[in-house]
Amino acid sequence: MSLFKKKTIPDQSNGITFNKKKIRWDDFFAEKIIKGVAFLSIAIIVLIFFFVFREAIPIFTSNTLPTKVKSDSSLVSTTTPAANANQQETYGADNTTTAPKQETYGTVTKDNAPKQEQYGMQTNAEPKQEQYGVVTDDNPPKQEKKATKTEDKAPKQEQYGVQTNDEPKQEQYGVQTNDEPKQEQYGVQTAEDTANKIENKEIATENTSENKITEDNNKNALATLKSRDWQPVSDNPRYGLLPLLFGTLKVTIISMLFAAPLAIMAAIYTAIFANKRMKEIIKPAIEMLAGFPSVVIGFFALMVIASVLQSVFHYSYRLNAFVGGIAMGLAAIPVIFTIAEDALTSVPKTYYEASLALGASKWQTAFFVMLPAATPGIFAAILLGIGRVFGETMIALMATGNAALMGLNPFESVRTLAATIGAEMAEVVFGDTHYNVLFLIGSMLFIFTFALNAIAEFYVKGRLLKRIQGK
Amino acid sequence: MIKNRKIDIKGFVIEGLTLSSALFIIAIIIFMLVVIINGGKSAFSWEFLSAFPKEGMTKGGIFPAIYGTALLVIIMSIAAVPFGVITAIYLTEYAKENSFIARTIRFAVRTLAVIPSIIFGLFGLGFFIKFVGVKMDGLFLGGELKWGQPNILWASLTMALLTLPVVIVSVEEALKTIPRELREASLALGATKWQTIKKVVIPGSMSGIMTGTILAVSRGAGEVAPILFTGAAYYLATLPHALSDQFMVLGYHIYVMTTQSANVDQTLPIQFGTTCVLLLLTFTLNIFAIILRYRIRKKKIN
Repeated sequence: MSLFKKKTIPDQSNGITFNKKKIRWDDFFAEKIIKGVAFLSIAIIVLIFFFVFREAIPIFTSNTLPTKVKSDSSLVSTTTPAANANQQETYGADNTTTAPKQETYGTVTKDNAPKQEQYGMQTNAEPKQEQYGVVTDDNPPKQEKKATKTEDKAPKQEQYGVQTNDEPKQEQYGVQTNDEPKQEQYGVQTAEDTANKIENKEIATENTSENKITEDNNKNALATLKSRDWQPVSDNPRYGLLPLLFGTLKVTIISMLFAAPLAIMAAIYTAIFANKRMKEIIKPAIEMLAGFPSVVIGFFALMVIASVLQSVFHYSYRLNAFVGGIAMGLAAIPVIFTIAEDALTSVPKTYYEASLALGASKWQTAFFVMLPAATPGIFAAILLGIGRVFGETMIALMATGNAALMGLNPFESVRTLAATIGAEMAEVVFGDTHYNVLFLIGSMLFIFTFALNAIAEFYVKGRLLKRIQGK
Repeated sequence: MIKNRKIDIKGFVIEGLTLSSALFIIAIIIFMLVVIINGGKSAFSWEFLSAFPKEGMTKGGIFPAIYGTALLVIIMSIAAVPFGVITAIYLTEYAKENSFIARTIRFAVRTLAVIPSIIFGLFGLGFFIKFVGVKMDGLFLGGELKWGQPNILWASLTMALLTLPVVIVSVEEALKTIPRELREASLALGATKWQTIKKVVIPGSMSGIMTGTILAVSRGAGEVAPILFTGAAYYLATLPHALSDQFMVLGYHIYVMTTQSANVDQTLPIQFGTTCVLLLLTFTLNIFAIILRYRIRKKKIN
């Protein structure tokens, strides 16, 4: 009994600790879920990094991965090699007869959707599949001919003969051909067996040459990246990034020359000179500018700034780097202003008071004490302003004229990197060299802004803290 | 005396210079507002807001663009606000202020805020459409093209990524205004951490969440670059009915009308009118947000 009694006392304390240890599942899960979601923002950055780069990579790997090139030209990479060969045949035959594919092709391009996928599907469901089977049955010599033509297709032909029968697409095909008037044409075709054979022959060679062309395209693209012309849509496309880079830099410099002094002066006024009432008016008013959509600023530049500046400077191109620079400066002003103002107000009040107590006037304090103390912050403000201008798309599209020129004259039209993506992405073919080059530009922009932000974040902030805390 | 006066003059000039640059910026803002509202005034009518574009966009209204913008913004908020609020709660309530994880998340959020919007567009195209969408088509529809093309869902999700940092930053600011004593009182009464967050912290920061949402909406309504190739359309005869439809949007409408329409002069009133509508929309939203934020800051001081 006495033993039992003794135990009751620690039991009570045990009870309390037990209560504490009890896992509350809702609490536990809430924490885990919240933590998981919080990691999403990191995941997004990684994903952006990965997916923007993934589309840019084919330019560099085109020579080492010939299969990839093949899929670039006309085929779906997911299909089996046998089906691949199969498609090549049908695709070629199709060229000669202008089969229903042309119509579907047209609809696909209209909404610039993944042409390749649809295209691949279509070729699978081509009427020629059956016809082809007939052909192979009728004249075996053709197979041999092909074998001599392209090395990698030869073994697949035999496989193909077996495979066509159990391919699910044949059913689709059956449906399609029933609706389509081309059945008759098709009938005619089988009759001209020999002619078809010859066509096929031509087609095979055509296909291989096509592959070569895309390979050359990628090679060319890589070679022309450093050239001075940006002519992506021409017989001999040239993807020179230099004029785009030059144009972007030109616009950025102009806009920074316009925006940085204005915004920093305004920040100095609001942080140091202004009384509380003025501060409460000016600060939200300037931050209001951040709420202006860039399309609206671009529209304003296009309609008003361009005309006003033209009447002042009398230049010949209405839309040019100067107009674009001023307009982008408007977009960058709130960014620079907010961060610079934050940096200036975060300088300890004692600095200000000590300087005044030593007999310095207000402006001397502002320029010789406060401003040097806040320099890293102001530097960060300018960096982020540059980042904003560098990646600005809509204003660049609307106000810079979009001609890839490389003159030093600020009143010439320019084409920026971001504007190039915005203007051309909607018109390119998915998986094309041009498409990949645009993604390459995108990844350049991404790396650049990422680096700017990293510098502003780690280097500048560390120095700012050091200075203010006097360590 | 003389020296003093000299310095005063210099100081006066310098102070005047800084003041005038501040006023110059404000003057530009007012000038922009006046020009755009003045230009758009004549186009304004009930018909302009409620009708479809007519006669090759030279006449009629912009209703589908307004509708598309609203839809975009709603879907975007549904996606962005919960994630933003939860991330902000993690940063203020759970993570230690200077832990590696918290710093990394903060860095990621700031990076998201400075990445050019066109990159989000590329990401939307490369990830949502060409990866997720195409995979979805392959899995559920057997290769039929439905999700693997630009539509309103992908555009909204892309926009949600863009506006996520806006939500996170303003909710975090609001969460920090809730006094520690309130949290401690709740914990002392025996509530668990999650109960405290649910019953004390979130209700107390409702105005911050509202601010974040409004700012995100105003940002999302104005951005065009991310939706250039993830779902915006030049002209549609019908309103979007499903998530897999394309849509018209105010900002894109302005861009297309000013740069790519055949007769720019003829559509000038409509261009100004559309810009005016978009500007007024984002402007009112911003003013709302500023008032709310002002109230939050005032609460913090008290």
